[in-house]
Formats: sequence, structure tokens, C-alpha cells
Amino acid sequence: MDLVAEGWGWRHAGRSTWAVRDLSLTIGSGERVLLLGSSGSGKSTLLHAFAGVLGGSEEGDESGRLLVGGKHPTRRHGHVGLVMQDPESQVVLARVGDDVAFGCENLGVPPDEIWGRVHASLADVGLDVPLDHSTSALSGGEKQRLAIAGALAMRAEVLLLDEPTANLDPVGVREVRETIARVVDDRRTTLVVVEHRVDVWADLVDRVLVLAPDGGLLADGTPAEVFGAHRDELLRAGVWVPGVPLPDAIAGSASTSPMLSTRGLSIGYSPRHPVREGLEVVIPEATSTVITGPNGAGKTTLALTLAGLLPPLAGEVDAAELLRPPADVRVGMLRRRRRVQPAHPHTWASRDLLARIGTVFQEPEHQFVAATVADEIAVGLRALGWEPGRIATRVDALLETLHLTSLSTTNPFTLSGGEKRRLSVGTVLATAPRVIVLDEPTFGQDRNTWIDLVGLVRQMLGEGRSVVSVTHDRAYIETLAQHHIPLAVARD
Amino acid sequence: MTDQAPILRRRTQLDRTNPTTRLLLAVVLSVPLIITLDWVSASVAVAAEFLAFLACGYAPWFLVRRLIPLLVIAPLGAINMALYGQAGGRTWWQWGPVHVSDNSLLLALALFIRVFALALPAIILFSTVDPTDMADGLAQVLRLPPRFVLGTLAGIRMIALFADDWRTLGHARRARGLEDVGRFRRWATMSFALLVFALRRGTRLATAMEARGFGASGADVPARTWARPSHMGWPDVIALAVAVTIGVLAVLAAVWQGTFWPVWR
Repeated sequence: MDLVAEGWGWRHAGRSTWAVRDLSLTIGSGERVLLLGSSGSGKSTLLHAFAGVLGGSEEGDESGRLLVGGKHPTRRHGHVGLVMQDPESQVVLARVGDDVAFGCENLGVPPDEIWGRVHASLADVGLDVPLDHSTSALSGGEKQRLAIAGALAMRAEVLLLDEPTANLDPVGVREVRETIARVVDDRRTTLVVVEHRVDVWADLVDRVLVLAPDGGLLADGTPAEVFGAHRDELLRAGVWVPGVPLPDAIAGSASTSPMLSTRGLSIGYSPRHPVREGLEVVIPEATSTVITGPNGAGKTTLALTLAGLLPPLAGEVDAAELLRPPADVRVGMLRRRRRVQPAHPHTWASRDLLARIGTVFQEPEHQFVAATVADEIAVGLRALGWEPGRIATRVDALLETLHLTSLSTTNPFTLSGGEKRRLSVGTVLATAPRVIVLDEPTFGQDRNTWIDLVGLVRQMLGEGRSVVSVTHDRAYIETLAQHHIPLAVARD
Repeated sequence: MTDQAPILRRRTQLDRTNPTTRLLLAVVLSVPLIITLDWVSASVAVAAEFLAFLACGYAPWFLVRRLIPLLVIAPLGAINMALYGQAGGRTWWQWGPVHVSDNSLLLALALFIRVFALALPAIILFSTVDPTDMADGLAQVLRLPPRFVLGTLAGIRMIALFADDWRTLGHARRARGLEDVGRFRRWATMSFALLVFALRRGTRLATAMEARGFGASGADVPARTWARPSHMGWPDVIALAVAVTIGVLAVLAAVWQGTFWPVWR
């Protein structure tokens, strides 16, 4: 089934600028296309439009025409499968079989035919679990394959993938890529993929389309042609053009004096289910440490415990002498006194963490608390009791470093992915903690943000801070692992 | 992340009934307990219900464990009833509005048992029903609109994600130096963030459902089919008959013992 755009454009309701404009293209039946463009060039909008889920005239204005197999996309539901970035919000039902059957039911497929299709689709994506297996118990990669199975069960002839591997660990990425390769092997299924990480898909696709930021197409050709002719534009747009070198690995080896160390540490959320036990790790001073391991190995849990946010289930996290807060601090206004043990970060007052251990969360939005970007950076400084003048100077300097000056009055929730990431790092840099913990800092980021982040980490190390990163990202590990804590699969 | 392994539970005779039957069962079983306030009917009901659940194949300890929270709630109600319930018979203790009498003690006992008699079926019937099966029944047997039923079902699944979000939001507030002061302000920002997350996830879920043909309308859209047909059958008739029998037995026992105490008296 072919996809056609004829002078097509879309403007979301309430916006003055067009998300996509003057776009004309034809994607033939069975073709495999990688769709690129800078953030805001309308890649997702185009995919959603082809999937017929952009909504009606109350959701936005449309110009030109868009056709799927000669018909308007909203009349092709079921012929087009859409897989999006976030695995969590695509699972509809609680049991694997029911979830795959969901699309067939909506299309009015007779019940006795549905289950045959469900079995066949699950086999096609290699999900070898019972039909009543809980969908919540699937990994991210398995959830994405479940979504693909749902589309296959509908007999979709077009697969649209919107950053399908951005939220996955390397194992999940491989699973999804191999599944798609198998599915499109028949050369009948039309495939359109949007993804920053070009290397995952480059050798599977026949054609690369690049959307121009101001409308229309910037490039259209085979991968080799497009990456050769438009290298610089693509790099500017944050695309991971294959074969372009990244910043050099950081020099120097780990320092020998520990900032944090653990003794017989058990981590987890409930004493009955420790995620890991008996951990003996060290976070050296002024060194970049990376924590790696498969999903479920307890990387984030360890990072939160080291950062003093999660109490250890057993054992201790010890802070170095120079990191410790004063012994007797009053915590809280309600005369609630927590017993502060200077050696153990999880007993510290929240305010005492600010200048000592900072944490950047995996989802930047989890840590946003203010209405503007500038305020967001100032929050920690106010909690430390800085004077307004001094705060303003510090905030301005940081906005400059993070390239966020022009956005200082914007609401943090409305920033782009890369801007959110930079701001979340900035909120931590503001109070200059000696130890900085980063949880999957490069997850789903484009190349430009990636380079910015690595630069920021170098700067932190140059200032003598310890940086602890939880990561799956091979390039990041190669660049920044002075000290490596590998966590293997924990239990079972 | 929250442990979300599927709960493995032995299938019971009750699982052979249609989930919507449970709604009816809960109503039927509560009627005798609502019309009479005495302790005999409540005791008969609770005993019969317990036996019925055992007969269905529930393990005794499973039932007992689910009733533990009631050991806190029931005495609270009973103590109130003992102190302030309608006075009658011998007076044991009087102090201001407090009047403990034979009558109020009897009412307290009845209330204590009635809490169990009412809660036992409600807790067991609804805590052991599969939400997907219930949705199938609501849409196919009770003919509620599929858009509403399936939308709600998909939404319920996201609640587990909110718990994880809330915990992370709390950690983030601590990391940002906001944990020590202004608890209400902190909760406000956390609630706002949670709402943003919920809306965003909800929108994405709705898009994913729409892409799979959910909620489409138009002349060329075929009627929705159901991969899991949901019917009423003999097991449902039997279950209802058992429930009615329990209710009738309870009331008859009270009348026979002379303790029948209708609410209108």
C-alpha cells in the first residue's frame, strides 16, 4: 500500500506556525524509508497523519492532500500500524493475547478468526509467552514487539515507527530491529521509521527522506547519497550520521580517594524484595564513574541510594569526611528533628544534599517544580538561602552555559526534549554539588544534546566534582568511563 | 519499579459465572442484612457465605486474611453502638449521652457480625474478579457502551504507573532541597506534575488505541466484535439461587428465633 502527500500541511489548533508545510512525496508499496529532520520539523506529525490519528478539524488545520492506498488515512484504520516511542503507554490490555486481539475486535474480525491471527502475529514478532501472560511483566523491547504484533494481527500493510527504540536498552533495540527486519522481509509491507539513532536502521532502509525545518523536503535518496550530500545539515539537525566521530574519550584514571563508598549494601524499595544485596562499591573523587547493566539489574536503585534519596535496606553508604554536613542540624519547621548522621547521606536534610550530592533524573519532568526556566534553576539556591542578587547572577551565567537564555521565561514543561535535559542538569549544577548523579542522561537524545552533555560532564570533572552516570549508551561509556561499576542480572 | 508479576490464583467455581453476576450476587446477599438489624440473621448469613465460598474452592486462610482489616473497622462501629445505641432492658452504665444497656449491647453485637456479613461477599466477589472479564461482561451482557468500558479498563491499567511516578517525584523533591519545608506546597507541585504525566500518557494511550481502530465511526466501519464472548449460563443461575437461599435462610432463622428486628420497627 503506498503513501502519498500532495502539497500537504498541518497546523495544530492554536498554533501560528505550521508543523508541516508544502510536503509532496510518494512512498511506494513495500518501500522502506527512514524519515529524518531536526526537532520540530514535523516528523511525528506526518507519521500520525498517515496513521489517521491526527484528529479532525477541531485538532488543527489541514492543507493539501494525504492518501494511503488512494484513500484518506482516517478510512484506512487497521491497514496502517503505528508504534510510538513510549512502550508503557501503548499497552491497552492486561493480558498479552487480549492486547494483540484488541485491534482485530475494533475492525470487526469474526471472533473465531481472531485467535488464529493472534498466535501467528506473536510468532512473527518472536514473543513466546502464554496468551494470558501479564503485559506489565514484559520488558520495554517486548512491549514494543507486542505493539508490532497488534499491528500485524490487523493485517497492516504499512508500519509507521515513531522512535521505536529511543526508550530501550541495547537488548531491546536489537530485538525490535530484528523483528522489523523479519516482518518487512516479504517486501510487501511499507515501512517508515523516524529515529535519531540512524545506525540502527541505516542498512535496513532503501531510502532516506529529510524534512526541511521550513517546510518541504530537504533531501531524498539512498542512505549513502543522503548522508554524503547532506552531512553537515543533518549534523546540525542532531542526526547521528553514521561514521562521524564523537568527542575523544576523557583522559586520566580514577582517583584513589573515595567520596562515597558502600559496605554490605542492600538496595530496593521493600525489605522483602531487595533488588541487590552485599554491594561494595566506591565512587572516587573527581572521577567519572559509570554504572551499567541490563534492565532490572538495579542501576537506578543503586544510584538513588548512593545519592541519599533512598534509604539502604541493609549495610551503609558512607560519605567522605569532606562531604559530610555539620552534625546537629534541625530539620523542618514543625520541630520535627530527624537524626542526622553526617556519614550517611540518606539521613541528611534535603537542603544539605544540595551542595553535596545532586541528582539528575531519567525523566527531566519529574524534577521540575517551577513555572519558568530561570526560576527552576533558582529553586535550589533559594533553599540554600542565597540573596536575590547573587541568585540572579548565578542563574544568568548558567542559562548562558546551557544555551537557554532566550527561554528563561518559558515554562519548563513546554521545552523540547534536549532543552529539558539541559535544564535538568542545570538545576543540579546551580548549587555546585561535589557529587553529581545522572540517571540515563543520554536516553533518547539527539546528537547535539549528547555532545552538549558530554561537554558538561567534562566541565564538572574539571571542577573536581565526581560524576556518577547510570547508562546503557555505549558511546557514552567509551567516552566517560574512568571507573566502571558493572551490575549483572541480580536475581532469578 | 513496582513488582507487577501476574497474580497466580487457583480458579474457583465462582470463576465459571459471568463477572456481571457478581454485581447481582452482592445486591442479593446484602438485602436481608439491610432489612433486619438482628444478630441471628447476620450470623447465619456470615456462616453460610463462608461455607459457600469454601464450596466454590476458596482456601479458608485466603478468606480469613481478606477479613483482617475488618477486625479494626467492625469494633469501632460496635463500640459506638454499645455506647449510644437505642437503650432498653437492664442499664449497665450511664454517663451523659452514653447509655450502655442490654439492648445497645445486643445491637453492638449484631452490628459487629453484620459488618462481616456485608463485607465478606463484597470483598471476595470484587477483589477476585478479573477487570478484563468484568469489562467484557459489562459491555456484552449489560450492553454498556464499549468506548466507555474499554477506555476505563485501559485507564485503570495506568494507575500502577502513577504510583511509580509519585515515588520518583518525591525523590526528586528531596534531591532539589524541597523536602524539609512546605509540605503542602511540595504536594501541590507533585500533584501538578502527576497530572501532567497522567494527561500526557492518557493522550498517548488514546492515540495508540485510535491507531488500532478503536472508536472509529462512519458508514464503512464494521461493528466491533469480541474475541472473548461473555454469556450468562447455568453457573450464573446456580450462583443466584445459592445467594437467594442464603438470604431467605438468614431471615427465616431470625424470625424463628424471635430476634427479627426490621429497620422499620
